[in-house]
Amino acid sequence: MAVVFEKPKALTDAVLHYCPGCTHGIIHRLVAEAIDELGIGGRTIGVASVGCSVMTYNYFNCDMVQAAHGRAPAVATGVKRSDSNNIVFTYQGDGDLAAIGTAETVHSAARGENITIIFVNNAIYGMTGGQMAPTTLPGQVTQTSPYGRDVEKVGYPLKVCEMLSQVDGATYLERVAVNNVKNIKVAKAAIKKAFQNQVEGKGFSLVEVLSTCPTNWGMTPENAIHWLEENMMPYYPLGVYKDKTAK
Amino acid sequence: MAKVTFNENLCKGCGLCVTACPKKIVALKNTLNAKGYHPAGVEKQEDCIGCAFCATMCPDCVITVER
Amino acid sequence: MSEKVLMKGNEALAEAAIMAGCKHYLGYPITPQTEIAAYMSKRLPKIDGGVFLQAESEVAAVNMLIGVASTGKRAMTSSSSPGISLKSEGISYLAGCDLPALIVNVQRGGPGLGGIQPSQSDYFQATRGLGHGDFHLMVLAPASVQEMVDLVFKGFDLAEKYRVPAMILSDGTMGQMMEPVSLDAGVINNYDKSWALTGTKGERKPNIVNSLYLKPEELEVKNMERFERYAQIEKNEVMYEEYKMDDAEICIVAFGVAARVSQNAIDIARQQGIKVGMIRPITLWPFPKDALYEAAKKVKAFISVELNMGQMVEDIQLATKCTREVLLCNRVGGMIPTTENVLDKINEAVKLGGVK
Repeated sequence: MAVVFEKPKALTDAVLHYCPGCTHGIIHRLVAEAIDELGIGGRTIGVASVGCSVMTYNYFNCDMVQAAHGRAPAVATGVKRSDSNNIVFTYQGDGDLAAIGTAETVHSAARGENITIIFVNNAIYGMTGGQMAPTTLPGQVTQTSPYGRDVEKVGYPLKVCEMLSQVDGATYLERVAVNNVKNIKVAKAAIKKAFQNQVEGKGFSLVEVLSTCPTNWGMTPENAIHWLEENMMPYYPLGVYKDKTAK
Repeated sequence: MAKVTFNENLCKGCGLCVTACPKKIVALKNTLNAKGYHPAGVEKQEDCIGCAFCATMCPDCVITVER
Repeated sequence: MSEKVLMKGNEALAEAAIMAGCKHYLGYPITPQTEIAAYMSKRLPKIDGGVFLQAESEVAAVNMLIGVASTGKRAMTSSSSPGISLKSEGISYLAGCDLPALIVNVQRGGPGLGGIQPSQSDYFQATRGLGHGDFHLMVLAPASVQEMVDLVFKGFDLAEKYRVPAMILSDGTMGQMMEPVSLDAGVINNYDKSWALTGTKGERKPNIVNSLYLKPEELEVKNMERFERYAQIEKNEVMYEEYKMDDAEICIVAFGVAARVSQNAIDIARQQGIKVGMIRPITLWPFPKDALYEAAKKVKAFISVELNMGQMVEDIQLATKCTREVLLCNRVGGMIPTTENVLDKINEAVKLGGVK
């Protein structure tokens, strides 16, 4: 018998601090698998963000820098511009990327920075205990939208892939989900492509991954998956939003 | 012929592997692991087809699959 | 010494950075430092490996700086007062990550949007509070175009030697002034950079550049270790210049453009028989405390000449343990003290008594 599935080498042995059933762990693994399969671990430099993924520097088996809230794409720009041989990725949540870091996100895309952004959208601020995020759905109850997100008062969620698809500098934008095995395989291919694009010098790639937050959504991991399918996927349709590399 | 190995002490008992298994042979155990969770394990190893669905859904790299 | 060339302060500073091995400049336009960005945008693309990047904001610029610095390369950003406030978050991260980098502040009047004329009103910010948390950065204050050059070399060197961010605290006058300079200004030392993010190449454990320590006992150790380095800096790296202090009974303390005006006033006062001299801090942090303490044993009074509301006064009082009167000669809002302003203050000091 041969091993057909094991933990990728690009993950360290550190135990992930994420809550039970949080799909961050799946996304970490997909990133690590892509790094392993492309054989780029030795020249990859990751940029950790602020939020639940703040400690990703403990989990990826490559050089890492921890960035201030929202600034990961700017830090990644510096790392990439220092040496174009570096493979640079950021791993950011929705609060980090789509609220406080909107400018850095949009302008790194506009510059066509040859970097890879992994954007984890779980519609809530997880690390601080479940507050309203820029991607919190209309009507969704959070700690700071206790009566449900009222779009008349606080506006609508940001659809990042749709928004960035209008930015000429962006090369590849895809929204995926990690709710089932089939979609995880699609997510894996998207993440790998986002790294492959960088290896080939093709420019800015961002993969938005719909993810769960069972703890702050207040449901079991299994029900969180169902909630994602029934609520997030209709609002945030999966698919490729831009692909300049497509023939 | 397939084999799944659960690194029980990494398991947080979330049960996503249980829902993913097409053969319904993965379940949470009654015992507690070092973290205090009910870890997942395989009940009928002989029925395993080595599809790795359980490992694919696992957020914590608990599962190794051989085939 | 190489031949001298006539250069504007901001451009001399930019060229010096390039000569000091800085190939990465990340900036954002703001008066009165924009010449630095403009100069870099012209020069860096012509240099092998040179990168000029105009960021979307000062915030992004300083974070790009963090990115380059984390790879161990020399990098610089520059701005003026309001922009430096925006960079303060990133400067705190530079300190917390123990990253060397050079930040230039060509100061203008404040607070708020203030004005665009020269000022020294970011003295407190630079020496006390450029961001959250317990930290210092090296603060170097040039008083000539030549020092704009020399202190860039020094700033990069000290930043790398001690793994701290360094700041050139200049002002609009220094930036716009033209003087002959020698660009042959210093050596580039090779310090250990085994911490840098260069990719593991599969040959070493990952390097992590990080300022997060959730365990309080670990964060305490990090802070203590950093302050041991600060103590070394305070012991070894204080820079100042004395002017006619041998027999001085009044001591002017001034930096940057204020020191140039003061020097003029001292020469005139000396012709009138007043024994006045000057201690010009070149490093504002570390502050030349010992030199002022020793001076206090000989002089009757101090005059702090500044382009702010007297921010350096308390550093002088602390250094001299309040044993002597410290008078303030200041103009603010973009105004510069005149020679007459300084002479008036010297005469006021004479009237304090005890001065021959």
